[in-house]
Amino acid sequence: MPTPTDDVMRTADGTPLKISLQRALVRSRLRALLLVLPLLAFVLVFFLFPIGHMLFRSVDNRIVGSVLPRTAVAIQDWDPDRAKLPDEAVFEALVRDIQAAFKDRTLGRVGRRLNYEKPGMSSLFRKSGRGAARITGAPYRDRMIAIDKRWGDSSTWRLIHRESGALTSAYFLAAADLKLSERGAIVRQPEPRRIYLTLFYRTLWMSGLITVLCLLLGYPVSYLLATLPLRISNLLMILVLLPFWTSLLVRTTAWIALLQTEGVLNDIMVFAGLLSEDGRLQMIHNKFGTVVAMVHILLPFMILPLYSVMKTIPPSLMRAARSLGATPFTAFVRVYMPNTVAGVGAGCIMVFILSIGYYITPALVGGRTGTFISNFIALHVGETLNWGLAAALGALLLGLVLALYLIYDRIVGVDNMKLG
Amino acid sequence: MVETKPRIVRFDRVQKSYDGETLVIKDLNLDIEAGEFLTMLGPSGSGKTTCLMMLAGFEPATYGEIYLNDQPINHVAPHRRSIGMVFQNYALFPHMTVAENLAFPLQVRKVPKPDIRVKVERILDMVRLSGFESRQPAQLSGGQQQRVAVARALVFEPALVLMDEPLGALDKNLREEMQYEIKRIHDNLGITVIYVTHDQSEALTMSSRIAVFNDGVIQQLATPSVLYEEPENAFVAQFIGENNRLRGKVASVDGDYCEVVLRDGATVRALKVNVSGKGASTCLSLRPERVAIEPNGQAEENVLNGRVEELIYLGDHIRARLTVAGEDEFIVKVPNAPRHASLSEGTWIQLAWAAEDCRALDASGKEAAPA
Ligand SMILES: Nc1ncnc2c1ncn2[C@@H]1O[C@H](COP(=O)(O)OP(=O)(O)OP(=O)(O)O)[C@@H](O)[C@H]1O
Ligand SMILES: [Mg+2]
Repeated sequence: MPTPTDDVMRTADGTPLKISLQRALVRSRLRALLLVLPLLAFVLVFFLFPIGHMLFRSVDNRIVGSVLPRTAVAIQDWDPDRAKLPDEAVFEALVRDIQAAFKDRTLGRVGRRLNYEKPGMSSLFRKSGRGAARITGAPYRDRMIAIDKRWGDSSTWRLIHRESGALTSAYFLAAADLKLSERGAIVRQPEPRRIYLTLFYRTLWMSGLITVLCLLLGYPVSYLLATLPLRISNLLMILVLLPFWTSLLVRTTAWIALLQTEGVLNDIMVFAGLLSEDGRLQMIHNKFGTVVAMVHILLPFMILPLYSVMKTIPPSLMRAARSLGATPFTAFVRVYMPNTVAGVGAGCIMVFILSIGYYITPALVGGRTGTFISNFIALHVGETLNWGLAAALGALLLGLVLALYLIYDRIVGVDNMKLG
Repeated sequence: MVETKPRIVRFDRVQKSYDGETLVIKDLNLDIEAGEFLTMLGPSGSGKTTCLMMLAGFEPATYGEIYLNDQPINHVAPHRRSIGMVFQNYALFPHMTVAENLAFPLQVRKVPKPDIRVKVERILDMVRLSGFESRQPAQLSGGQQQRVAVARALVFEPALVLMDEPLGALDKNLREEMQYEIKRIHDNLGITVIYVTHDQSEALTMSSRIAVFNDGVIQQLATPSVLYEEPENAFVAQFIGENNRLRGKVASVDGDYCEVVLRDGATVRALKVNVSGKGASTCLSLRPERVAIEPNGQAEENVLNGRVEELIYLGDHIRARLTVAGEDEFIVKVPNAPRHASLSEGTWIQLAWAAEDCRALDASGKEAAPA
C-alpha cells in the first residue's frame, strides 16, 4: 500500500482518522436516535403539530375565499381606492355564491368572520341569504341593494375585497388592540374594545410580582433546607412538596375559603376586633387573591432549583470567607449569594414562565380584575369560538416567552441555569 | 525547647463532643510557640480537623478554654480571630478570579485599593503564580489552586495559619514541590503554622514539632527525630515509620534496662521506656534498619534466629519478612551488597541488635493503622 504523503492522521488501513471515527460514531448515534424515537414522535404529533396548527390559525383566512369563491375571484379586478361600486359581474358572482352557501348553510360562517371586522356583517349576510334565494336574473346589483342598502356602500365591498385573500393580519392586529381602517391603515381599536394590551401588561407585571415574592419567600427556606441536617431537612422538604401532591383545584378553592369576605381570615379579624362587621376586606376575586394563591402554588418551583444549587455549595466556602475576616453578612452577600445565581435564574424563569401562562387559578380567584391573558384565550376558544383571535393571542404569548428566554440567555446564560 | 519565644496558642483542658455521647477530643492540653511549624498527625477520625475548627472558631469547645496570644477566644467570632486557614478542598470562591480571591481578605479589612494591588502582586509572586490573576479557580490545576489557597490565607499577614491536609489531593511530585514551597514561605515569613496531615513522611520533613493524635488524645508531642527515635508508646512506634513488634513479659528490671521474655521463651534485653515493672506485658519496638544480619561474631546484646518468609526486591535494598519469636511480620532491610546476596526464602538466619535500640513500650492491644 502506498504511504499517503499528506499529513492527515490515518488508521492502520489508511482511512483518515476522522472518517473512521465518524463511522464508529454513526452506530452509537443511530442507537441513541432509536431510543428517543418514540418520544420524538410523540412530541411531534401531539405537541409541535398542534402548536404549528395553532400558529397557522392565527393568520388563516380561507373562509371568504372558500364560501364565496366566485366573488373572491371577481372582486380582484375592482379598485378599492375609488369610490365606485364593483360592476355587475361581481354582483352576479356574489348572488351565485350566496345562493350556493345559503343552500349549504355555510353563509353564517362568512357573516361571523366579517362581523369581527365590522359589526353588522353577520345580520347582513343572514338577511341577504334569504333575499338572494329569490333572485333569478339581472340586474343583480340593483336587486341586492334593494335587499339591503349596505350592498350599495363601498365600505362593505372594501372589506370583502380585503378579506378575500388566504392570509390575514386581522387577528394579530386585534390581539394588539389594533385594526385596519377602511382605507387599510393600521389604527387603534376604539376605546371600549382595547382590552388585550392591558391584559398582557397585567399578566406581565403580576407574573413579575409573583416571581419576586416567590424568590423572597423561597430563598430563606431553600437556605434552611440546604444547611440543616439531612434528617430535618428531609422532613421540611416533604412539607414543601406536599402541595405538589394535592390537587391544584383543592389548593385554589382552599384559598377561596380562607380569603373570601365571609371566609376564615375575615372572620378571625372581625372576631379579634381588627375589622368591623361591614368593613370586611375583599381579598379574593381580585389581583390580591390571584397573587396570593399563585405564589403559594408556584413556590415549590422556586424552592427546588434554589435548593439543588445551594446543596452543592460546600459549607467550607462560607467558613473560608469568615476566616478571611468577613462578617457573616458580608460572607453571605459576597460569597454565598453569587454562587446561587444559577438557582435564582432557573427558579425565576420557571415561576415567571409558568405564571405568565397560568389559567386555572386566575380563572377561579381572579374575578374581573385579576384575570390573565390565558383566561381570554380560553374564552375565545371555548365560548366566542373566535379561534383565530385565540391563536393570535397564544402566538403573541409564545413570542413573549421566547423573547424573555432569549434575554435571560443573553444576561445570565442558559448553560448557567440549574433546574435540579 | 525554645524558651524565649512567646506562646501563641494554648489549648487548656479542651474537650469536644458533637453528639453529647462520645468525646471526640479528650482533655487536650497543647502549647504552641510563635514561629513553630506544628503538625497534627493521626489516623482518620482522631480529631485533627475538630481541633482546627475549634481554633478557627467554627466549632465551640464543649469544655475548656482556648487562648490566642494569651487571650481566651471561646467567645470571639471567627472573623475577628485573624487566623489564616487553608481548607482541605481549597474552598476558593468559584465566582471570583484569582486576584479577586486574594483581594477578598484585604477588601473586607478595608485596605486601600492601591495597597491591595501591591499586596496581591507580591503574594502571587511568592507562590509563583504571577500572570494567573484573571483566571477563574476552575481554570487552574490542582497544585495551582492549592497555591492560591495558601496565598489567600497568607495575604492578610496573619500570625497564625492553619492548614488542613492541604496537599491531600495532589500527586507525589507536586506534593513534594508544595511541601518545599510551604516550608520556604514559613521560614521566610516567620509565621506560625499548624498543619494537619495523614502522611507521616510529610510530617517528618516539614515540622518543627509533631503532635501524634489517636482517639482524641495526643499520644506524643515531640520533634520529628525524637518521635522517630524515641517513641513513647506502642501506638506512636507503630504509626511513625516502619516498626517491628515483639510481644512479651517483663522478667526483670535493671536500671534503665529490662529483660523481656518473648512468646517463644527467648529472652531479650531492652530499654525500659513505658512499662510498669516486673511481670507487665510489653511490646518491644525495634526499627528495621537497626537490625543486623549474620552478626559475624560481633558481641551484640540480643541475638535471635529468624526464618525468611518472603523477599521483596527493591533495587537498592531487599526487604525481608521473617518469623522471629512467633511474630511473622518482622521486617529487615538488607542492603543490596555482594555479601548479602545469598538470602533465600525458607532458610534460617541470625539477627542481632543493641539493647538501646529496642524499646519496651506499653502492650496496648490496639493495632495502629499505618498511614
Ligand atoms: N459535624 C460533626 N458532627 C458529628 N460528628 C463529627 C462531626 N465532625 C466530625 N465528627 C466526628 O468527630 C471525630 C473526629 O473528626 P475529625 O474530622 O476531627 O477527624 P480528623 O482527625 O480530621 O479525620 P480525617 O483525617 O479523616 O480528616 C470523627 O469520629 C467524626 O466522625
Ligand atoms: Mg480532617
